[in-house]
Amino acid sequence: MPEKTMIEAVRDAMLDEMKRDERVIVMGEDVGGGGVFRATEGLRDQFGEDRVMDTPLAEACIVGSAIGASLNGIVPIAELQFADFSHPAFDQIVSEAARLHYRSNGTWNCPITIRSPYGAGIHGGPYHSQSVEAFYAHVPGLKVICVATPYDAKGLLKSAIRDPNPVIVLEHKKAYRSIKQEVPDEDYTIPIGVAEVKREGMDISLITYGMMMHHSLKAAETVQQEDGISVEVIDLRSISPWDKACVLASVKKTGKALVVYEDNITGGFGAEVAATIAQDGFDSLDGPVTRLASPDVPISPYSGILEDYVLPNPEKIAAAIRKLAGY
Amino acid sequence: MPSKAATATPGRELAGSLGLTDAQLTDIYYKMLLSRTVSARMRLLQRMGKGSITYSAEGHEAAQVGTAFALRPGTDWLYTYYRDAGVAITIGMTPYDILMAFFARRDDPNSGGRNMPNHFSSKELRIVSQGAPVATQVPQATGTALASKLRGLDEVSVAYFGDGATSVGDVHESMNFAGIHDLPVIFVCEFNGYAISVAWRNQAAIENVAVRAKGYGFPGVTVDGNDVLAVYAAMKEAVERARKGDGPTFLEAKTYRIVAHSSDDDDRRYRTREEVEKWAKRDPIAAFAAKLDDIGVLEEAGRIEIEKRVDSEVEEAIERAEAAPQPDPESALDHVLVQGKDS
Repeated sequence: MPEKTMIEAVRDAMLDEMKRDERVIVMGEDVGGGGVFRATEGLRDQFGEDRVMDTPLAEACIVGSAIGASLNGIVPIAELQFADFSHPAFDQIVSEAARLHYRSNGTWNCPITIRSPYGAGIHGGPYHSQSVEAFYAHVPGLKVICVATPYDAKGLLKSAIRDPNPVIVLEHKKAYRSIKQEVPDEDYTIPIGVAEVKREGMDISLITYGMMMHHSLKAAETVQQEDGISVEVIDLRSISPWDKACVLASVKKTGKALVVYEDNITGGFGAEVAATIAQDGFDSLDGPVTRLASPDVPISPYSGILEDYVLPNPEKIAAAIRKLAGY
Repeated sequence: MPSKAATATPGRELAGSLGLTDAQLTDIYYKMLLSRTVSARMRLLQRMGKGSITYSAEGHEAAQVGTAFALRPGTDWLYTYYRDAGVAITIGMTPYDILMAFFARRDDPNSGGRNMPNHFSSKELRIVSQGAPVATQVPQATGTALASKLRGLDEVSVAYFGDGATSVGDVHESMNFAGIHDLPVIFVCEFNGYAISVAWRNQAAIENVAVRAKGYGFPGVTVDGNDVLAVYAAMKEAVERARKGDGPTFLEAKTYRIVAHSSDDDDRRYRTREEVEKWAKRDPIAAFAAKLDDIGVLEEAGRIEIEKRVDSEVEEAIERAEAAPQPDPESALDHVLVQGKDS
């Protein structure tokens, strides 16, 4: 099986789906020439300008016209170049795509996929690093995916494209090339809303997603080696809907929950996970449901020194595990 | 029987050159009056406490019916806004459909009582469900037109909006995108000179907003929005242009809403009674009635007959809609997401 980067897996998913279904098009800024992260490289040569369409720099128009096209027999994949720049399209995503089905009493639906690189750790400064998932997870009518592995990226992006609902696929940009993994060439999908236990453990449940999943696996290995603490690491992968059953089953087993996320701590998606565990997993707990996240500063400063200080990393996660294990 | 039609008049000539039959001209009049009556009755019903809010189309009938009459119902795509009762009616919605939304009933075909009244939606008629943020429908209409072009279909998409929407970035982004790809989309601005209370002089530094179209590479046309045949003529040309693949048109229909923005608005705060009175004298329905009378298509007896028909249709619709079942409270949780794999 070939080893691929996540960006290659993302490209493979789009390529496959465009071959499989001629209604699928890609639209966004710079996508014709391959995109700033090269996710769409080669697609225009294969499918032409009509199906791999460069758009003006206007995010509301990208998403709004994707919505309109989706009502008329097209299955658009709209690329927003950075999740930080999804904000000009917020109204189209939140007020329009997410509500169309509900407000029409189930008459209309909007099968669009919005792909966007998100996350910090690449010296992107405060406008190329944001975690925006909590904004969209808050909105009924949207599905939200956060991927950080090549295998998941391919399987979940395919599911998103085939889904009759609007789906936001947030791809952690630090994982685009830093993580390689065997990815089957064959067609496969991963269901939206299903978490994956990346590492089994008995003492603590660590619930995370995105780049923090990779850091958490490292931290889990460290505390296993150095302290003999057995950590179960769960990658949510989808945050709306999210796999409550998987998380609560794990907490029932371990009795302790650490939620790790890259976003600012206040109102980040991990806060919802923590609240759910506190409410529905209370009987199993023998320690405080704990969050480790970035402090409430605009994520994330450009200087590597400042950025490192702000972001959770394997060392900070290991320290949080040790503290929680002390209960 | 000697008829006024025997004498050729400019009205007759225009109607003839537009290819409109007498029956169609009468139908236009009927639809204008139906829109007016539905709007006026909903305003009264709201005052009686039977609904929370209304948005009236009164005054906009020529702009709405004149544009929509040039479209093919069920084939062309409409993205309306909350003032567009006349558009919805012309494309095929009934007073009952509109009143079901006013009363927020279970079987309201627009939204099942979820959206505010006058947020029109019909999949069969290709009137796309609308939100309330101003101008969000405009990029969507543009995208639907893009799909028609990609699929080689000769459909036209129409984005309706008021002058207030022309300040919103979505309109600029859409017109720019539509111009690049010569999309079959028509931007119809029902210009009534106010964004709620903000007069046009505080919205833009130009007199006719249609001039902006030039900057996007396609024609902009300003018409008398109270002259239904002038509106129809301009729209017909825009539709033909779009269908031929020649691209978008921006159509600005200058009109006036003769009542307040909504049932919650008091327009005495920002409009003089003299101004409203001046425009009421230019009422588009009265003007068209005079023209039809003049050219002998529809005289007093015929008008009275239509008035009676409209009144009884609207009264019957009110009665039926008010008596229709309320939604099941738990249905508030339905249709957040499409369930299952296929749309």
